[in-house]
Amino acid sequence: MPRSPQTNLEETRRRRIVRPSTALASGGLAVTMLLATAPGAFAFITPEAGGSPNANSIDTLYKIVLYIAAVVFVVVEGALGYACWKFSAKRNKVAKQIHGHTGLEIGWTLGAVAIVLVLAVATLLKLGSIRNPPNSSPEGVNASSVSGALYADAENKLPPNKKDLEIQVIGRQYIWQYIYPGGAKDGLGAPYSYEQMVVPTHTTVLINAVSMDVVHSWWIPELGGKIQVIPGYHNYTWFKVEKPGLYRGQCANICGQGHARMIASVRAVSPAEYEAWIENQKRKLSEANIAAAKQRHELEATGGLESAGNQ
Amino acid sequence: MATYAAPVPQIAAHKVEREPRGWMSWITTTDHKKIGIMYLVTTFVFFILGGTEALLMRLQLGAPENTLINPQTYNELFTMHGSTMIFLFVVPVWAGLANYFLPLMIGARDMAFPRLNALSYWLLLAGGIVFYASVFWTPPSAGWVSYPPLSSIAFSPSGGQDAWIYLIHLTGLSSILGAINFYATIANMRAKGMSWGRLPLFVWTVLVYSVLIIFAMPVIAGAVTLLLTDRHFGTHFFDPTEGGSALLWQNMFWFFGHPEVYIMILPGFGVVSEVLPVFAKKPVFGYKAIATSSVTIAFLAFLVWAHHMFTTPTPIVVLAFVMMSSFLIAVPTGVKIFNWIGTLWSGSIEFTTPLLFCVGFIAIFLIGGISGVFLAVFPVDWQLNESYFVVAHIHFVLMGGAVFTVFAGIYYWFPKMTGRMLNETLGKISFWLMFWGFLCTFLIQHVLGLDGMPRRIYEYPNVGNLGLYNLISTIGSFILASGVLVSVINFARSVKVGAIAGPDPWKANTLEWFTTSPPPVNNFDEIPVIRSVEPMKDFRREIERRTGQQIDTPVPVPAGSSGAAAPSA
Repeated sequence: MPRSPQTNLEETRRRRIVRPSTALASGGLAVTMLLATAPGAFAFITPEAGGSPNANSIDTLYKIVLYIAAVVFVVVEGALGYACWKFSAKRNKVAKQIHGHTGLEIGWTLGAVAIVLVLAVATLLKLGSIRNPPNSSPEGVNASSVSGALYADAENKLPPNKKDLEIQVIGRQYIWQYIYPGGAKDGLGAPYSYEQMVVPTHTTVLINAVSMDVVHSWWIPELGGKIQVIPGYHNYTWFKVEKPGLYRGQCANICGQGHARMIASVRAVSPAEYEAWIENQKRKLSEANIAAAKQRHELEATGGLESAGNQ
Repeated sequence: MATYAAPVPQIAAHKVEREPRGWMSWITTTDHKKIGIMYLVTTFVFFILGGTEALLMRLQLGAPENTLINPQTYNELFTMHGSTMIFLFVVPVWAGLANYFLPLMIGARDMAFPRLNALSYWLLLAGGIVFYASVFWTPPSAGWVSYPPLSSIAFSPSGGQDAWIYLIHLTGLSSILGAINFYATIANMRAKGMSWGRLPLFVWTVLVYSVLIIFAMPVIAGAVTLLLTDRHFGTHFFDPTEGGSALLWQNMFWFFGHPEVYIMILPGFGVVSEVLPVFAKKPVFGYKAIATSSVTIAFLAFLVWAHHMFTTPTPIVVLAFVMMSSFLIAVPTGVKIFNWIGTLWSGSIEFTTPLLFCVGFIAIFLIGGISGVFLAVFPVDWQLNESYFVVAHIHFVLMGGAVFTVFAGIYYWFPKMTGRMLNETLGKISFWLMFWGFLCTFLIQHVLGLDGMPRRIYEYPNVGNLGLYNLISTIGSFILASGVLVSVINFARSVKVGAIAGPDPWKANTLEWFTTSPPPVNNFDEIPVIRSVEPMKDFRREIERRTGQQIDTPVPVPAGSSGAAAPSA
């Protein structure tokens, strides 16, 4: 038999305090907080790092913010949970008719200001080690083979001794191209590679990124933050890898259908291996150029190029 | 119901003529309440559509290297999802609630410009239809931010991108006209005695919402117009190959985009500030601080847009300035959270569904605010920007934030709009499903971002725990969706069979509860003089003083009973 709306509402009123769900709520919150604070779970909630000093500094700065945030989180969620438990209609029949407390309100406003000031100071203290590239280590690629940027502007920081390995990153739908130093004075004949960048360890590598088409974003999480790669602009970052290995990343800004497959990786090898790789790459490229030129001559001789063009 | 001596009107203006009924009465209406209902129904339809798109994306991401959805469709899905939720749900749903309740709360008989109000609604609907019509051809796929050159004619040749532009034009115009209307109504049509210091806090936030719209929306309207002329009329504002600047779009977009965030959340703050005092049975803690912090947030909202652009080539001094201004916004926001907890403190809290949604909102929004501080630290943002950490952050402030307050508002005001109570049991089931479903979906996404997963990718390789974390998120999204479904069932069911609410089922504080539920066309036969920010409390006290009788919550009347027992206006 359908109940009348009145009984329905009375029942509703009786059930206003749902005890099992309150228990469920606090239980769930406790589990969440435990998960968030358990020491084993620490790496779980910090960014990727370990490849380059700037990534490590970002990680440190992140952890400073995390500690402060954890305190704020526990205090405020705790106060909220306590208020809901202590001052529920069941426990507290009469509400205190207060309109505010000026001292308290000024207090927490100043408290919030103090916290953000601490964060600002921490950021500015850490900024140098994130933003300014250090010199290459002595065992890095030796200075003579380093092209070095000719100038530095507001965005492009150079290491103190102005010696670095500058690699140009070119973003296009949907592949990354890297141009290494080592070409002629006019920049022609420089070795290049796609998708995987090969860099020497112990060497400060400067990334100078441009885009051929749409906006991309260069991001290798373990080697530091990302930079947006915008057509018509240069954007810069750097890294210095100590440990040989493969560092993975991918384009981080939506750039079209192939965005998810626009992957990037950095393979760090010893300086000697790097030199050998560059030489090999140069040789392969020049062989390919010679072969292409030869084919072109053949096509021109037989008139094949024109007929190919006319098709 | 303990009747009180409400002044008997000399002339009853309503029910003299027969109220128009049928679908024509909706199409031709200029009544703010009917327009409000149309706004709410329309935006909820779009909410369900946008939610379905999200579920499809979560299905695709549920397993690594999944092939359920191809990359083009996936790009279309996230573009539709983001644009729908922002331009067709969260912004206009507030216009809907404000439409219905703003005149009632300030004691006005309608909005200042009723026909302009109707136009606002129809422009919104037109925007939605134009946008969703593209589903039958090629939907847009450049994301809700539509950065050129990807959104230019060379890289997005389909008309879907143009449909997106018209969506912004039409909904933007709708919002601007609505905002002017709200502002004019609040400035001119308040009941006698309702000074600025007695304005309900929801109305304060609608005022700030309106000002933000009036300043921010023309900028995006201009930006999409430039994009339109770039695409079809040979201009090169954003085309770097012809001397334009792709970065210009980002500046224009985010100059609108950040105030937009507060456009979406501030009215929600207002709802919380209305609901908490009613169910904690004590006045709001620090009325002035809450009102002032809304205004402060609005001012700062225009100084922080570049924090969406920390990874662009921008001088460090600009980055440091924007970091500081973004930090500063945390202060008034924090003040609000403390004041809300202060409102609950020493109260006698009744855990009704609207209150649960408000408390759930505070718990979730705090996390969103904290993750926002991480993102404001620009070197940290270099790691987190464009990753799933940002996806988690935006959903903590928009879904757990704004959408939870929308639900709080609907659960709170449904009795006023329909005259019937929502079912509390269904409401609580819905809340807990949404709350835990939400946390299950989005907490883990912070970790995905920290592990290096960028946003807007349709697939990911099977490395580390990416598959597991994404699966957790997908499961959570379906729990969340089932919670929304329970609420939708609750709304549909209670319109017909809910208990009759009476004029003031919550024993609330503000003027909308002074009239019948639902209110007559003219809202009030007599508009009372306002003496404080809680006029209903004054009336009750006055009646107690005159009759010496304690007034309890009105006893509801069963549906279909004779008019004699029904509460009169």
